[in-house]
Amino acid sequence: MAKTLMQFRQVSLKFDTQEILTGFDLDIKDGEFFTLLGPSGCGKTTVLRLIAGFEQPDEGQILLDGHNIAEQLAEHRPINTVFQSYALFPHLSVFDNVAFGLKMSRTPSTEIKPRVMEALEMVRLAEFADRKPAQLSGGQKQRVAIARAVVNRPRLLLLDESLSALDYKLRQQMQIELKHLQRQLGITFVYVTHDQEEALSMSDRILVMNHGQAQQVGAPRDIYESPANEFVARFIGEINIFDARIEQVVSIDEQQGRYLAYFDQGNMTREIVSETRFEAGDKVKVMLRPEDLRIEFLEDAPEKPGFIGEVQERNYKGKTLDSQIKLKDGQLILASEFFNENEPDFDYKLNQKVWIDWVHGWEHVIKADLL
Amino acid sequence: MIAISNLMGPSKEGKGSARWAKAGQWLFLGAIFFYLYAPIAVLVVNSFNQSKYGHNWKGFTWKWYEKLLNNQNLMDAFWHSIAIGLLAATFATLLGTLMAYALYRYNFTLKRVTSGMLFVVMMSPDIVLAITFLVIFMALGIHLGFWSLLIAHITFCLPFVVITVYARLNDFDGNLIEAARDLGASEARTFFTVVMPMSMPAIVSGWLLSFTLSLDDVIVSSFVTGPSYEILPIRVFSMVRVGVSPEVNALATGLLILSVVLVVVAQLILRKGKSQ
Ligand SMILES: Nc1ncnc2c1ncn2[C@@H]1O[C@H](COP(=O)(O)OP(=O)(O)OP(=O)(O)O)[C@@H](O)[C@H]1O
Ligand SMILES: [Mg+2]
Repeated sequence: MAKTLMQFRQVSLKFDTQEILTGFDLDIKDGEFFTLLGPSGCGKTTVLRLIAGFEQPDEGQILLDGHNIAEQLAEHRPINTVFQSYALFPHLSVFDNVAFGLKMSRTPSTEIKPRVMEALEMVRLAEFADRKPAQLSGGQKQRVAIARAVVNRPRLLLLDESLSALDYKLRQQMQIELKHLQRQLGITFVYVTHDQEEALSMSDRILVMNHGQAQQVGAPRDIYESPANEFVARFIGEINIFDARIEQVVSIDEQQGRYLAYFDQGNMTREIVSETRFEAGDKVKVMLRPEDLRIEFLEDAPEKPGFIGEVQERNYKGKTLDSQIKLKDGQLILASEFFNENEPDFDYKLNQKVWIDWVHGWEHVIKADLL
Repeated sequence: MIAISNLMGPSKEGKGSARWAKAGQWLFLGAIFFYLYAPIAVLVVNSFNQSKYGHNWKGFTWKWYEKLLNNQNLMDAFWHSIAIGLLAATFATLLGTLMAYALYRYNFTLKRVTSGMLFVVMMSPDIVLAITFLVIFMALGIHLGFWSLLIAHITFCLPFVVITVYARLNDFDGNLIEAARDLGASEARTFFTVVMPMSMPAIVSGWLLSFTLSLDDVIVSSFVTGPSYEILPIRVFSMVRVGVSPEVNALATGLLILSVVLVVVAQLILRKGKSQ
């Protein structure tokens, strides 16, 4: 495990009387691609600004390599930022924008030119060196902003929703380029986004936050497959959540426990598995991603336990067919199935009665009071 | 000018009425230009008129310009005005730029009071300012002359500079200053490498505005200067009380040319600022 580069210890910050962060902890490893993910206004930018040194914490410590830098000025931190608005200097050429940091650190002028050109080549903008920022497209500006930051070889590179202004295609391209850059340079990236797909595909680890509090930290896969609570589950993609009660503990071994759970919905008892330990009588939430669900027409299915509902809406999504199904008690659930071209009848009719099951063992179960 | 040319844009009516509308617009435009520039044209023409009273054309002459250049009092007053204008504009620009930056950058307790006071200075009638200055200079025992005049001019120019520069700063991407700090620039270097060059157009127009304000101020100046340091507007004012001499026409023509040059320079600088 790589060593810790940046750490927040019980950091609190208020604007006027509003608490933005309270007792916030953070732990970023050297060389990783770390993402802060959360809804608008949850404090992501504030965390970046604390790291960069544009805000000072009211309480707590900010450690870089184990040293408290909470009082250090932004210009003395080995950290650079790619601003959401790019913040390129409009009166300077692309070359001078990128050279700015090197000039400030009094790098010998013979060294400046090759380093700037190298950075510009890395973002494939070498031939634009003489242009002014106003003469660049959005994606090009963004790449200049990245070059301007990485040319200083910072310990940490902060990127605030840097791709959100770009169109879908360019964004995908830039995601790949960023990831590539990060591997190539070995710099630690702290990336802010509210786009969960982007976070899942790019990060080594993700911190999901809400209302200034960390909800879960982990690898993308952990966060997607084993969300710590309902907020994380719902924020990372679509999910269906069912209430259940543990009736009986079937077996428990090192890895997981098997339980019999009673679902109010559908009035049925089914076996579930979970890594978490429960006792009989516990109220739980059973979470199922849309792709975990299986749908059958009710006519061909014999009576068996499961949820019964009517198809409300179908959306053809290219690779998958998404159906919104209304259960008997009104709960809406979303199921997503791979589209099979050999089976043209695959399409459901509206209001078609269906029976819903899930792939046994794919459920994620958490205690209800954790919500 | 821009507003007027917009009036001439395409209209949605049919062809015939469009032609009439167009003719109407030209007529309207002509009337405005006549109203604005006819008096100036008369003045310029008369500055070359042999006739002393300017009721009719008696032939071309440079003699009023010669007389003007030989009128030592008037020329002294002219150079005094230029000196006060240059100094007042420069100091007001220096102070005003720093003040605008402070207002933009920092949240200090008296921020609102400070910006409010600037507006008070800007909005209050000249006569009120004039009396205030007079009272203060008398109380402090400052001799009325060059220094009192300069101080007064710097003061009434200051708010115009602050507001021009402040507006420009507010148009900036707020992250630019942070970006400079992030890249290792100290507070001072950020000011000189980012803030100053980017607000240059506003600083220049603030300077030009101050220079013009200083040059044609009569009311405040007539209160705060004494016979030891007479400036142009006051000199002219006392001259025309006895009757308009054609020298004054020549002088006004000279000033007109000077202000046209200033306007052109200002436009060029502003255009350069915009293209960035
Ligand atoms: N300068 C400020 N003064 C007062 N409140 C602020 C200030 N900056 C941010 N806030 C508040 O702090 C909270 C967190 O803001 P922050 O900018 O960190 O959110 P964010 O997660 O980056 O949101 P977004 O995704 O919309 O960028 C918000 O409620 C915001 O209103
Ligand atoms: Mg933000």
